[in-house]
Amino acid sequence: MNFVPPDFMPLLPELFVLTLTCFILVVDVFLEERQRHITYGLAQLTLLGAALLTLATYAHAPTITMFGHYVRDAMGDVLKLCIYLATAAVFLYSRDYLRQRNLFKGEYYVLGLFGVLGMMVMVSAQSLLSVYLGLELLSLSLYALVAIDRDSPVASEAAMKYFVLGSIASGMLLYGISMIYGATGSIDLQVIAEAAVAAPGMENLVLVFGLVFLVVGLAFKLGAVPFHMWVPDVYQGAPTSVTLYIGSAPKLAAFALLMRILVEGLGALQADWQQMLIILVVLSVGLGNLVAIAQTNIKRMLAYSTISHVGFLLMGILAGTPEGYAAAMFYTIVYVLMAVGAFGVVIVLSRSGFEAENIDDFKGLNDRSPWLAFLMMVIMMSMAGVPFLVGFYAKWVVLQAIVNIGLVWLAILGVVFSVIGAFYYLRVVRCMYFEQPEQNEPIQMRLDTEIVISANGLLLVALGLYPTALMTWCAVALAG
Amino acid sequence: MLSELPLLSLVIWFPVLGGIAVLFVGDENPGRAKALALTVAILSFLISIPLYTLFDPATAAMQFQESMPWIPMLDVNYHLGVDGFSMPLILLTTFMTVLVVIAGWEVVQYRVAQYMAAFLIMEGLMVGVFAALDAILFYVFFEAMLIPMFLIIGIWGGPRRVYATLKFFLYTFLGSVFMLVALIYLYHQAGSFAILDFHVLPLSLTEQVLIFFAFLLGFSVKVPMWPVHTWLPDAHVEAPTGGSVILAAITLKIGGYGFLRFALPITPDASGMLDWFIITLSLIAVVYISLVALIQQDMKKLIAYSSIAHMGFVTLGFFIAFSIYRQTGSLSGAAMGIQGGMVQMVSHGFISGALFLCVGVLYDRMHSRQIKDYGGVVNTMPVFAAFMVLFCMANAGLPGTSGFVGEFMVILSSFKANFWIAFLAATTLMLGAAYTLWLIKRVVFGEIGNSHVAELQDINTREIIMLSLLAAAVLGLGVWPDPLTSVMHSTVDNLLQHIIVTKL
Repeated sequence: MNFVPPDFMPLLPELFVLTLTCFILVVDVFLEERQRHITYGLAQLTLLGAALLTLATYAHAPTITMFGHYVRDAMGDVLKLCIYLATAAVFLYSRDYLRQRNLFKGEYYVLGLFGVLGMMVMVSAQSLLSVYLGLELLSLSLYALVAIDRDSPVASEAAMKYFVLGSIASGMLLYGISMIYGATGSIDLQVIAEAAVAAPGMENLVLVFGLVFLVVGLAFKLGAVPFHMWVPDVYQGAPTSVTLYIGSAPKLAAFALLMRILVEGLGALQADWQQMLIILVVLSVGLGNLVAIAQTNIKRMLAYSTISHVGFLLMGILAGTPEGYAAAMFYTIVYVLMAVGAFGVVIVLSRSGFEAENIDDFKGLNDRSPWLAFLMMVIMMSMAGVPFLVGFYAKWVVLQAIVNIGLVWLAILGVVFSVIGAFYYLRVVRCMYFEQPEQNEPIQMRLDTEIVISANGLLLVALGLYPTALMTWCAVALAG
Repeated sequence: MLSELPLLSLVIWFPVLGGIAVLFVGDENPGRAKALALTVAILSFLISIPLYTLFDPATAAMQFQESMPWIPMLDVNYHLGVDGFSMPLILLTTFMTVLVVIAGWEVVQYRVAQYMAAFLIMEGLMVGVFAALDAILFYVFFEAMLIPMFLIIGIWGGPRRVYATLKFFLYTFLGSVFMLVALIYLYHQAGSFAILDFHVLPLSLTEQVLIFFAFLLGFSVKVPMWPVHTWLPDAHVEAPTGGSVILAAITLKIGGYGFLRFALPITPDASGMLDWFIITLSLIAVVYISLVALIQQDMKKLIAYSSIAHMGFVTLGFFIAFSIYRQTGSLSGAAMGIQGGMVQMVSHGFISGALFLCVGVLYDRMHSRQIKDYGGVVNTMPVFAAFMVLFCMANAGLPGTSGFVGEFMVILSSFKANFWIAFLAATTLMLGAAYTLWLIKRVVFGEIGNSHVAELQDINTREIIMLSLLAAAVLGLGVWPDPLTSVMHSTVDNLLQHIIVTKL
């Protein structure tokens, strides 16, 4: 039997990221403390290079390689581009924050890039093996990142919690994978898809049994209620620069994971997973929004807001229509844009020796920096789903998808809870605009940070005025 | 040439862009920001005038239409157009904004540029609400309006402004999200988001009732109707003068307009079946809220309650039409009800705006809205007293003022439906007169109440200009309402022809 090497061309961006990350790992050892910005520059270059390579080899039609474990398609490429962009923004926003806390180390960037690699593998996974590999690569990077501030007890506790709960989730996932393998005899998602359609009575039961564990594992990773316990603690405990990272790009990868496993692999069981997702959605949207009201810590509040946004994202997927998937993808991308912006503002407000962690720290921001206050208002209103900001369209397309499959009650539930959600977003706006500042230290931003954070906020307005481009992009990517 | 310009787009986007320009002038140059804001407001008003002069009153079709694809994937179009209902309200909006900018001229000291910009952006969005012919476009404007008003009340409002503005925002947001679900459902049935397509969409009675209630939730909060009115007194009391004026004069009208554009034509059978429900709520608003207004100690609160009572007339006029048609088969009687409601909306826009400006004038001098802090203002401010008495009389529905025309038309048409409805509605003439006259008696007339009143300065030229513009409008419309009623004739008839045909 001859060994035919697989086609490595579609993997070019992944190989590039892997090579450069290893290169940075080595280079960083030889750098002195004050030369650390070289690491930062190289990390950004890696992301830029990966983006260019992805664009140059853009997959208009799906290509499967690595003996069926790996796929390059348009959906994956769009998501990867968004992941690079979000991560680049994360690196940029957190630079000063890390420097002021003596965390400006090569490890942050190396782990961050390994996380990116893990996400790329997840996005392109075509078998349950590559799904698991990608997920673990990402998760392990994240566990280490949360604990990067070694001396902080809160961060260590968060990392521990994250690690234990994340491991349980991985176990669940693996157990589910083994069930699926038992029922279909394969870990290749395409083979599973065919087998799932044909599966008769008993085998089907095993499949559904495996599906339950898969969904539980995915819900853990996504942070959907009732598997959300780690989210608030990790968001609050981790250094803000890490929270920014966890809260943004991995959501794109998680969306890809859902699409690959539930839709492409187990699409035949849609009737089963739809029921499970409905429960997750109702609980996430409800609990996320209600508990967020009680928070005084903005990172914790945004954590609960993430939970509710995850609920909306799942709403799009459970519709089970191409329209619904496109809506969920649009929602995810928009959410990541908003989350990066929101944590970006939190990070900008933090100075050395001061963490802008409480909602009260936003008091009177309009007096201290009208522009930053305006950007934060745009982000908050967009998260609340107020029109002319892109967050509204994200909610609307998702609601439209589920109304079209007849789940009007779920849509009504969704809108009622988004009104409740509006309350805590407005509270931030209230602090910024209606109250007097408690401190008057000038807000220092580097020019590049200011430009990117402004672009980030204005993008929400621009996409709100003309959402067509991004919507079409999502729909085309999913159709391709 | 004028008719070829995208007039509606201009009236929407010119003030919005102007508002952004004012923001860029910044709070450091209040003088320049104010001058720019006034220029933008006046120009917007001038741009909107051709909408009236070039309007063809003979047709009920949408005029000045503009349409282009906006979100083609979801069949959403940037579709604008006006008919006899929306055109007068657009003019009202652009007119009142000019006054609001003048009213804030010397009074607002804190963050002047942001203040002016908020009102200009608000103006554009409100015009957008009236001009939108696409359901999603309408919804987007409808909701986006909340942001500037939220900030206006929250930043420049009174002591309890935060509570009031949150209540305002959440109440309205809650009301309107149900409407969004209804609109999505209608799209699912009609395959388009065009409001005019919704009008001709056949719907079963159950669907109609549910959709009707979704609209009712959205619009009754805006109007506001009893029992979802409680945000209004709070919002009015805490809002700065300009905010109260815009709230009372325009945003309340958006609720009434919503009934005409959505609830009546899209769900005519449900509206006809449930008209007793709306009529009951309207009568409660007219009678009970008038009684509530009677006992208020705060001038702004009194006017706020009187607004709710007057808006009750509007909804009464709109929904009495069904019962008139059922009982008499006469379309002209039904038309009078709807037309009366419309006249009442425009007239109430002028009168309530004027009354809030009057209270603002007093508040700027005395920093109190409590009735007991005044007394004998006529002795020190005779010119102002004349204006205030005029507007109060108009509020009470004195013949010769615009307040009389709308109320009279609505009462007259309700007589055709039911004597007791007309009787209850007519009590407002007494109750309205009672609370406004008593207000005048306590504030304007009598002996000089205290030393602060004795030191009052009469209104200056700026305030005279502002109030006389409104006085002219109130008297003009009262004596000669024809310019207003004539533009809406065919639209009203068309609506009636439409709603008497069942959609089942």
